[in-house]
Amino acid sequence: MTEPWSPSERELDRRAVRRRQRAVSITVASTVTVVVFGLLLLGIVTSPGWPSVHELFFNGFHARESFDAILKGFWVNVKLFLICEPVILVVALCVALARTARAPWLLPVRLLAVGYTDLFRGIPTILLVVLLAFGMPALRLQGIPNSALFWAGVALVLSYGAYVAEVFRSGIDSIHPSQVSSAAALGLSRGQTMRFVVVPQAIRRVIPPLLNDFVSLQKDTALVAAAGVFDAVFAARDYGNFNFNYTPLVVVAGFFVLMTVPLARATDWLQRRWMERERAGAL
Amino acid sequence: MTAALLELTDVRKSYGDRVVLADIDLTVPKHDVVCLIGSSGSGKSTLLRCLNLLEQIDDGVIRFGGVEISDPRVDPRSVRSRIGMVFQAYNLFPHLTVLDNCVLAPMRVHGVPRAEAVQRARELLARFGLSDQVDKHPDRLSGGQQQRVALVRALCTEPELLLLDEITAALDPELVGDVLTIVRDLAEAGTTMVLATHEMSFARDIATTVCFLDGGRILEQGPPSELLVSPREERTREFLKRVLPPTG
Repeated sequence: MTEPWSPSERELDRRAVRRRQRAVSITVASTVTVVVFGLLLLGIVTSPGWPSVHELFFNGFHARESFDAILKGFWVNVKLFLICEPVILVVALCVALARTARAPWLLPVRLLAVGYTDLFRGIPTILLVVLLAFGMPALRLQGIPNSALFWAGVALVLSYGAYVAEVFRSGIDSIHPSQVSSAAALGLSRGQTMRFVVVPQAIRRVIPPLLNDFVSLQKDTALVAAAGVFDAVFAARDYGNFNFNYTPLVVVAGFFVLMTVPLARATDWLQRRWMERERAGAL
Repeated sequence: MTAALLELTDVRKSYGDRVVLADIDLTVPKHDVVCLIGSSGSGKSTLLRCLNLLEQIDDGVIRFGGVEISDPRVDPRSVRSRIGMVFQAYNLFPHLTVLDNCVLAPMRVHGVPRAEAVQRARELLARFGLSDQVDKHPDRLSGGQQQRVALVRALCTEPELLLLDEITAALDPELVGDVLTIVRDLAEAGTTMVLATHEMSFARDIATTVCFLDGGRILEQGPPSELLVSPREERTREFLKRVLPPTG
């Protein structure tokens, strides 16, 4: 329709009211935010122990001094995470599919998958890291790496693979049976139904919990410090023990936060895009 | 002439550049049944959604019970608690039983004690032939049953106005009758309703006014005996020729 239209007086009034309402909510939001965070900060800074805490945890000199060592250690965490994450996704999806498999000859695979998730979700990750990183090299197996870092990574994959498999499985279970029926009605095999219809929808649905697990994994790469791998946490502790200052630990915390935020924002963006495409107009 | 319950003047709604409603003028007196007809995409659903403020209009005025509800200072929830709506796809809550679907709003929004809400819901469900389904979850019911439950859910809050958005469009013909009988009963009992429908014969039976929407405008409106029999506009005639069952 191309005929000219200009809003009526009443509509202009309403827009003014909406603008005012918006201005009020923005004012309320900013005031409350400033007050709440101001009070929190004030509470911390005026506490009796603040001067010594400030010296021990927020020391500019030690932050600068330890920065390089931490950065170098942090690179280990990043590498570990970047390598483990895709491996975990593949392992977990395979396990989840194995658990939902219905073909009779796949029963052993199903049992194996159930056993795997039960076992590795049950063992605390830090124990698994220590056990594998110290135990496996001691076997002196030929042809596979024997470094603590490698086995610590394997421990993370095994532990997180079990968690993420369950996330995938809940996603697969949440797809309405009518989707399976309509895929079957088109003549798709069960495998094809999974591959082209169920799993793509399931993955979208489980993105938020997946992200949650990956943020968790990013942090848990710090567990390799328990196996003596020289990562960021180990480097910070090393520096702290030597100089009697905990500032490096705060620096490491900052590094981890910086690493997780981009992933969170990227996922938000991806989800919004999917939602807009699939619910166009229906909301 | 009874007092107008709902009054629309010059209502306009657009999504970006796409104008979906324009120059909508409509008056719905109490106890009237207004049927919106027109092809898909003519703006029937959008109009209904504007009425209970699920969509914000871009211009014009909507009055409900004499009060302008298109005013941004009006709390949409206070309006919606007086209007019932039934959707084409039922939109029942799958995690609640039929009974809990029906008592949710009376209890949480209107503060009715559970015992009272349950009693009223059971009465209505019984009246609509759903006594056996009370404790089931919606997914176990047939489409027709689900839609009747959705109607009961909307009626449980004793709304002053009922909005029905193509409530039979997703049902197979055999079940359409059940649902329409209920709507007919409601109309005879004096319930004020605005409904979008594709069932022309039904509109002819129960409507006090029929509005033909085309391209987001009410092209013409009038009592069914006029509009459905001898429409003024060529466009309306065309539409009716395609949808009306041959009379005989």
